[in-house]
Amino acid sequence: MLRDKKPFHFIKLRKIWYVISILVIVPGIISLFSQGLNLGIDFRGGSLLDLRFNQPTEVEQVRGVLADFGLEGASIQRSGETDFLIRTRELTEDENLTIVQNLDQKLGGVTVQRNERVGPVIGQELLRKALLALGVASILMVVYIAWRFEFKQGIAAIIALLHDTLVILGIFSIFQIEVDSTFVAAVLTIIGYSINDTIVIFDRIRENMHNRKKGEVLEDIINNSLWQTLARSINTVLTVILVLVALFLLGGATIHNMVLALLIGVSSGAYSSIFNASPLWYDFKKVEERSKPRGARA
Amino acid sequence: MKWDKLLKLIVIIAVVAVVAILAVKPVIPDVKWLPFTKLIKQGLDIQGGVHVVLEAQDTPDSPVTPDSVKRAMAVIENRVNAFGVAEPIIQQQGDRRIIVELAGIKDPDEAVRNMIKTAYLEFKTEDGTTVLTGRQLKTATEGKNPQSGVAEVNLEFEPDGAKIFADVTAANVGKPIYILLDNQVLQAPNVKEPIPNGKAQISPYESLEAAHNVAILLRSGALPVKLDVMEKRTVGPTLGADSLDKSIKAGIAGLIAILVFMVLYYRLPGLVADFALITYALIVLLIFAALHVTMTLPGIAGFLLSLGMAVDANVIIFERFREEMWAGKTLRSAIDAGFKRAFVAIFDSNVTTLIAAAVLYYFGTGPIKGFAVTLSIGILASMFTAITMTRYLLHLVAGSNLVRNAKMYGA
Repeated sequence: MLRDKKPFHFIKLRKIWYVISILVIVPGIISLFSQGLNLGIDFRGGSLLDLRFNQPTEVEQVRGVLADFGLEGASIQRSGETDFLIRTRELTEDENLTIVQNLDQKLGGVTVQRNERVGPVIGQELLRKALLALGVASILMVVYIAWRFEFKQGIAAIIALLHDTLVILGIFSIFQIEVDSTFVAAVLTIIGYSINDTIVIFDRIRENMHNRKKGEVLEDIINNSLWQTLARSINTVLTVILVLVALFLLGGATIHNMVLALLIGVSSGAYSSIFNASPLWYDFKKVEERSKPRGARA
Repeated sequence: MKWDKLLKLIVIIAVVAVVAILAVKPVIPDVKWLPFTKLIKQGLDIQGGVHVVLEAQDTPDSPVTPDSVKRAMAVIENRVNAFGVAEPIIQQQGDRRIIVELAGIKDPDEAVRNMIKTAYLEFKTEDGTTVLTGRQLKTATEGKNPQSGVAEVNLEFEPDGAKIFADVTAANVGKPIYILLDNQVLQAPNVKEPIPNGKAQISPYESLEAAHNVAILLRSGALPVKLDVMEKRTVGPTLGADSLDKSIKAGIAGLIAILVFMVLYYRLPGLVADFALITYALIVLLIFAALHVTMTLPGIAGFLLSLGMAVDANVIIFERFREEMWAGKTLRSAIDAGFKRAFVAIFDSNVTTLIAAAVLYYFGTGPIKGFAVTLSIGILASMFTAITMTRYLLHLVAGSNLVRNAKMYGA
């Protein structure tokens, strides 16, 4: 084949890729254990008010009014001169009404743009469902890959997915970016997407194994397959990233965190599909081969 | 140059162009369903509105029963209809939860308050004194009078109510008794004779259905159970419109970026893929309109993401096609081999994404479900356009001999 120059060997250098992955993941895991995730009201329960005042308003003024209700500890986020995002413990319908009325009177008029209230029970249910969804999706995918390819590839793919999930969770934990139900959608999409990448590569390996030349060793087959699919891997990620960057820069604030999670996940997914999934599978295969003769002797 | 193939190509391009314009621009003002993007239902987070989850709570007086939840839903429906909301959604979830969604209302908070307040059913005499309340009414059912066959509503009072009702009817023969719901007169039947046993009939009604409606109102005059707001999400109309606007702008920018990238990298096949991508977007929007898919903000993100994924199939194919060209195959056999070999990879990879989307749909709520639906439709449609359409077009282009330079095919 033409253009067959390969600057490096993916499989021979696999320890380097593993180290890079671990270096990225470990700080995130430490952060997850020490400070956890910044769970939004979707999961924790609470109230959220997205307000637009009729005139420029300061955070202190808003906090002053909230203090009358014992809510001085509420998170008040200002965007622009007149827009505020207020997060508090769960407010009753009456409390909610009086607070908005008070803000309206004392600070010269206010429009409620968004008002959300989630009870702690619902939040718990959502969290449980989210974790269940992640688990079910992962199992179904392993089953599918095990059926279409082989079980060890399924396991390698799932470890790559775990990698991507940990990268997203880790970054969201380190920077304490708020996590809501759209975050779960993003993580699940990444799982589906990243496994896409892995499968295209596995498909190529499957085909190349089929047309295996005499004396060709597994690590070279995998290496060739990775190089053959590399342009595709990069181009696909590029097109998706183009859309996501546009959404991130121009899209509204509501889906900002979701798009951010997708951006991190797509990049991490591309990395893990190339640098983790196939090398891991290679290592699994090696373990299998080494244990076989030993088993025969015993 | 082969003119028949060139002609086919021109016709296809023209058709897609016309459909594209009709899809988004109101060219023909008299046709209601054009542009068809208007038919796509907007979610609450786009058009503004309120989503509430109510839960029935046990109280010593009124424990939650399947019947009381059903009656509570009837009351809410009745009250929601009073706001004049178009297409409200009132659903039961599990044993004791009720989901209510109202789109495009001015004061969502007030609507929620009105929905869960305890309404008051009263019976008043002509002089305006309240004699009985909804608590003393045991039940109200519709039926047909066995003798006359006329539709009627049968009332039955609780024992303490029956006693009072006997006294009141005895004292008011020939006069009306007003039945008020939230201070509005619902019925004003005349008392024909004293009713001692607490069982009364109101008649005549035009039909059994009319009697049925009144019976429901009477039965569920007051909320039969205590309802608590478990979850409430309201979005003002300006915020929704603003978000939609931004998403569309972002979408157009993202789409243009993809189109440019594909042409720069893959040349002529890239141009064909771009054309297929536009067709893909049209097909998906048409499906959304036809299936009445509700478009939410995450749903729009899902759609845009599927654009990026839709070109993936073409990227896989074209990479394969290039390899075949480099291996020395002719243009046409390279096209066929590229598609054939890429298909398995595309199929397997899309199935896994579909699995993820199905799980999302099953476990997700509201906007997340919308995201899962748009993603799934996108994947299925992309399998069609990226494989069938690109292949056909590429063969047409190659067969028309319009462009012969192999370099233009990326080789």
